[in-house]
Amino acid sequence: MRGFLGLLRRLPIIRELRQAIGWQRGMLIAGLAMTGIVVVVALFAPLIAPYGFAQLSDADGNFGSQVPPNSKHLLGTTVGGFDVLSRVLWGAQTAILVIIVAVLLSIILGVLLGLVSGYVGGWMDRILVVIADAIFAFPTLLLAIVAAIMISGGQSGLWSGLMAAGISITVIFIPQYFRVIRAEVVRIKGEPFVESARVIGASPIRVMAVHVLRNSTRTLPVIFTLNAAEAVLTLAALGFLGFGIEPTAAAEWGYDLNRSRADVTTGIWWTSVFPGLAIVITVLGLTLIGESINDLADPRLRARRRARATTSSAAAADGAAPEVPPASATKTGVT
Amino acid sequence: MSGLWRYVLVRFLLIIPTVFILVTMVFIFMRGIGDPITAALGGQLTPAQLAERVHSAGYDRPVLEQYIEYLGQVLRGDFGRTLTDNRPVTEVLLHYGTATLELVCYSLIVAFLVGIPLGILAAKVRDRWGDATLRIFAVLMYATPVFFLGLVLKLIFTVWLGVLPASGRANPRTVIALDRLDGSSGIYLIDALRVGNPAYLQDVLSHAILPAAALGLLTAGIFLRLVRTNMISTLSTDYVDAARSRGVGEYRLTTVHAFRPALVPIITVIGLQVALLLGGAILTETTFEWNGLGSQLTLYLAKRDFVAVQGIVALLAVIVAVTNFIVDLVAAAIDPRVRY
Repeated sequence: MRGFLGLLRRLPIIRELRQAIGWQRGMLIAGLAMTGIVVVVALFAPLIAPYGFAQLSDADGNFGSQVPPNSKHLLGTTVGGFDVLSRVLWGAQTAILVIIVAVLLSIILGVLLGLVSGYVGGWMDRILVVIADAIFAFPTLLLAIVAAIMISGGQSGLWSGLMAAGISITVIFIPQYFRVIRAEVVRIKGEPFVESARVIGASPIRVMAVHVLRNSTRTLPVIFTLNAAEAVLTLAALGFLGFGIEPTAAAEWGYDLNRSRADVTTGIWWTSVFPGLAIVITVLGLTLIGESINDLADPRLRARRRARATTSSAAAADGAAPEVPPASATKTGVT
Repeated sequence: MSGLWRYVLVRFLLIIPTVFILVTMVFIFMRGIGDPITAALGGQLTPAQLAERVHSAGYDRPVLEQYIEYLGQVLRGDFGRTLTDNRPVTEVLLHYGTATLELVCYSLIVAFLVGIPLGILAAKVRDRWGDATLRIFAVLMYATPVFFLGLVLKLIFTVWLGVLPASGRANPRTVIALDRLDGSSGIYLIDALRVGNPAYLQDVLSHAILPAAALGLLTAGIFLRLVRTNMISTLSTDYVDAARSRGVGEYRLTTVHAFRPALVPIITVIGLQVALLLGGAILTETTFEWNGLGSQLTLYLAKRDFVAVQGIVALLAVIVAVTNFIVDLVAAAIDPRVRY
């Protein structure tokens, strides 16, 4: 039982929630709440949304174009005659699906490449590093555009569009995971415990999977959340440039913003403000989580308890990143 | 050869593989869909006409041969001709590149003026409400897509307050006057200053405010975060304590003793932000119909003119690589520890 509780406390997010104090805890909780709302909306969009995302009419006839918010259409309708509220809600589903496709693909490929490249080394490692650095220097949006052109040749349906957006974002992210994991692997493979495992005859694959990989993933939660946020932004940007998903195949916030560009100059605000806010909430939630985890993992950035807090709890919380010298943590610079 | 010069040379030689890989990637991606002529004109020509165009442009040759020819052209600075309006891509790049450069410069000014002082302030008042507010501002700026911020700014300042123009780089009359100028630089601010007509100057500046604010605030959020983190580490070093105990004033302590060493990592990261800034510029230009490379890229994308897209993307990638090189040099010049 005690072991189970201990495990629970060390899980990501739960551990951070225990560590965080003051407004840093507030940031983390706010981030979790916003992300939670988006996930719930994505899961239950079919139930919550008043209309379908591509629905143009109901029993009373057509919705009409650019209708201001009213009791029937709480957030009004778009220039194409869609219900804004319904498209905003359904859009959460598209965003979450793209995050899943993009981040899962890039974690699997990036971690695998980083692990093998860092562990094996040699000329393959050098070449991969140069390529990863080059991609890292490439403007991500441009890379996503050319990847989207290659994958779908432009606009497309739900699954092909989702995969196109997901894969084009993957191309951007793989080098990030690759670099982080590779750096950790190179550091860890010289450690005595890896050598011991090799000496007692563990196969390279076992050493890599059990001894190296498990110890090199501590930065992953931060990159994961920040990448999820960036994936939503990239999807929206692709949609805004006209390289997204067809409006009849799925609701996508970036596409809706693209269509609302002309509305803005005539004072029609509801077609742009609500999809935009949906993007902001999604990205903000994920970024707040990522930033909080990042700050908490770094003793120099972690908000410190006031002097009156017991030193034992502060010492216990320092376990996350032991190799950083505690010089700054001992100073009383809070006030 | 002294250390610094060798470093410059090594770093310069490192650009070559980067540019080579970038240009190759663009080629592979853009050829992944087949030949650009079918993509652009597929619906408009008969299959026989199409085949003839494809043949005369050489797109039916082996891919490797095309690739080598493409590399040779890029080396000579020749990016081909656009398919839809038959202009040399290089001309498009030169003509619209200055507009993008102007926008990026304005927004960098906004980003520096907003991001750096606020970042220093956040580090000074760390963990108090002022810091919390500033950090939320920074995260909010990151979370807001630049095109959405642009639309909101337009709604507020153009539609509701009616104080600033909605789009474009200047009024049509100003554009005509400035484009006709002898030896026009393409950068409207400089041209307007040279003409010396205050009406033009006011027109150009009022058009620049909203795009510069949208793109600049996005970048300012990143700068703020960066400056804050680095200032927090330098403010807690022993030499800052030592200087404080010698009686150095708090203002001088912050701006000189703590800020200068914090500047090195900041400059390095700013180099990486150039890529982000260019991506943001594309979106900002599309939002504000700012007639630069970004809005041209969007137009050519819509027309499926992938030769033009390929040229613009390759050029922007090269610009980013070169900028990173320059930034590394600046960082080396400031930081006495970076020596090869």
